[in-house]
Amino acid sequence: MFYLKSVGAVAGLGKPDDGRASSLIRTMLVWCPDWPVVASGVPGPVAVMHANKVVACSPQARSEGVKRGLKKRDAQARCPELSIVDYDPGRDMRVFEPVVAAVEELAAGVAVLRPGVCAFSAKGPARYYKSEAAAAERIVEHIAIECEVEAQIGIADGAFAALLAARAGQLIAPGETSRFLAELPISTLERPQLADLLWRLGVRTLGKFATLPPGDVLARFGLDAALAQRLAAGKDDRPLAVRQPPPDLEVEDRFDDPVERVDRAAFAARALAERLHARLAGFGLVCTRLAIVAITAEGQELYRVWRHDGVLTANAIADRTRWQLEGWLTSGRLACGIVALRLLPEGVLAQAGLQPGLWGEAGAEQDRAHRAMHRLQGLLGPESVIIAVEGGGRDPRTRGSQVPWGDERVPDRPAGPWPGQLPPPAPAAILPEPAHLEVLDTHHQLVRVDARLRLSGDPALVVIGQSRLEVVNWAGPWPVDERWWSPAGEGNRVIRLQVVLRDQRAFTLVLSQGRWYLPHDFSEHYR
Amino acid sequence: MQAELAGLVWRASERTDQAFPLLPELTQFFPGQGLRRGTTLAITPGPGALSLLLATLAAASQAGSWCAVAGLPQLGIMAAKELGVVLDRLVLVPYPGAEWTAVTSILLDGFDLVAIAPAGRVAPSVRAQLAARVRQRNGSLIVLSAHGWEGAELTLTTENPVWYGPNHGRGRLRCREITINAKGRGSAGRPRSGTIALPSTCPNGEHTCGKPNRASEPRHLYAVGG
Repeated sequence: MFYLKSVGAVAGLGKPDDGRASSLIRTMLVWCPDWPVVASGVPGPVAVMHANKVVACSPQARSEGVKRGLKKRDAQARCPELSIVDYDPGRDMRVFEPVVAAVEELAAGVAVLRPGVCAFSAKGPARYYKSEAAAAERIVEHIAIECEVEAQIGIADGAFAALLAARAGQLIAPGETSRFLAELPISTLERPQLADLLWRLGVRTLGKFATLPPGDVLARFGLDAALAQRLAAGKDDRPLAVRQPPPDLEVEDRFDDPVERVDRAAFAARALAERLHARLAGFGLVCTRLAIVAITAEGQELYRVWRHDGVLTANAIADRTRWQLEGWLTSGRLACGIVALRLLPEGVLAQAGLQPGLWGEAGAEQDRAHRAMHRLQGLLGPESVIIAVEGGGRDPRTRGSQVPWGDERVPDRPAGPWPGQLPPPAPAAILPEPAHLEVLDTHHQLVRVDARLRLSGDPALVVIGQSRLEVVNWAGPWPVDERWWSPAGEGNRVIRLQVVLRDQRAFTLVLSQGRWYLPHDFSEHYR
Repeated sequence: MQAELAGLVWRASERTDQAFPLLPELTQFFPGQGLRRGTTLAITPGPGALSLLLATLAAASQAGSWCAVAGLPQLGIMAAKELGVVLDRLVLVPYPGAEWTAVTSILLDGFDLVAIAPAGRVAPSVRAQLAARVRQRNGSLIVLSAHGWEGAELTLTTENPVWYGPNHGRGRLRCREITINAKGRGSAGRPRSGTIALPSTCPNGEHTCGKPNRASEPRHLYAVGG
């Protein structure tokens, strides 16, 4: 009990209000009704479901009786033509981003409370547009024009009251907030357990809850309830967590006459790279992913992203831009000259966030090797220098991924348990193109595998082209049935067999769709 | 006095700072127990040649050297890892193309150990040029060429592979015994030959793959029960 009281004292809770009404922020709040439904973009009656419960529904569905918290089956019983959409907070936030950007054009210091709801201080817009009502009207109109989204605005003292005001579509005059809140039901606190308890105790409106002695509320219901009581009393003095608009890091160069020669493009790229690097350094950032955009005289736009596992220095940026332009200009993908070149850093890190390796990675040896790799990339092209990355998968080909040097060290398949992987040793030679062959049994019939994984006969002969090779020993078969759930073409259903031939060459053979292939060679006859 | 001197004097070929370390199984084929810096090693393509190449790189790679392999697009990365090559310090140039001599020179500038597989016969002038570059950079060049490599310090050939593990449907590939012949110039002039397991997934001496255990082999250290 002592602990709770002391916490309350620190937070300024549990005490009667000392009349600091002036600390309340006049808050303007933009609320987009049924945001998860709007973000899903599905027309007609829609319900957004999470864990088999309705999270949000469209007005059409609501008119049929669908409401929040309903089970999927109940919702479909009430509204048979209901479309079900999965709840995806990421999608909601992504779609909300343009709305926030539109609000930021008219108001400063916008805080996103959750997808579909953002708030900001009403003082600035109200003064600029002469009145709060005019400002609200202007912002709603701007959102409708920019994003084609219907929004409602509420103004009150504090974000909590402003949200309720937005739902009611009201602008609460200064000082009227506690009176507005007093009439609202206790469930608007959005704390179901507390609301249920208070309801059963006979406290059914926010006003009644607010009149309880604050010290007793803290002692009986805890800290969260004490905070809720301050909200109910219209004393929401939490400051808004204003988001920082991201800095504009893009650099662009426009050419008066279109660039058609590689050397001129490279010269422009170098200057642009220096500018980008200076700008990034100004914000204390470094770039790990760079997008290069070239716009041609005909309005064609070419786009390519480059990744890098370390820091892209000014030189590295310049080189990548030059390679890309060379590639575009020589491959004929550019029908005419380039009129604009743009560099967008897509992945940035704070400079301090990059930690150089402690052992092995750093040092003179690494610098020497990196210089050589850099020169080779200049000579042979960026895809020619490969580093090996260990990944996962059931095929040795995917387990050892080949990543061009400079790209992120990301394997094709993530590491992890891959049941069905063949244990070591791995084959030292992996044929770039699996060769086709035939496996025959002692009666010179093609060896097949039935549904119970029985071979139709013991492998005795392997026929590759014209040569017939005798099998002296074999192991298997081992099945793999990968991605059987995906649509046609992606699934991989194979049988693997290891054979040792008379001349002691060893192979892994793969049976796929009735044909035998030779993907890996343990014997390493490599030319 | 002589005892003191004995600690200070050693044969030039035994200086370890002048050689890259090797896996213990391979040292028997190399004069001076290591891959000498500034020299060229040739491996004749044959059964197990790629595994032998990777095993040669392994110990040096673990000791911190960077390795590059050019002209071998089929090299199995997982096999490299299993044989002990550190993937963080392994770089591949699968298709060096027509300018492979320039590529090799650049690689020798940047890497301690460079393995190349030239497509055809190599002119003596190019060989001499590369040998000079290897000496100058104090690295080591490993050449896989069916035509041999005149001027190589040591040439390794492989023969008589025997696989152990599969047993008519049971088991799996586990071990390969292979005979390696080494022949070279100078101190390596005496031909050496030996049989090693490459690759092997059996713990030392204990063959669970069906290969006969060599009971006669002296074991210096072994665990006793109790």
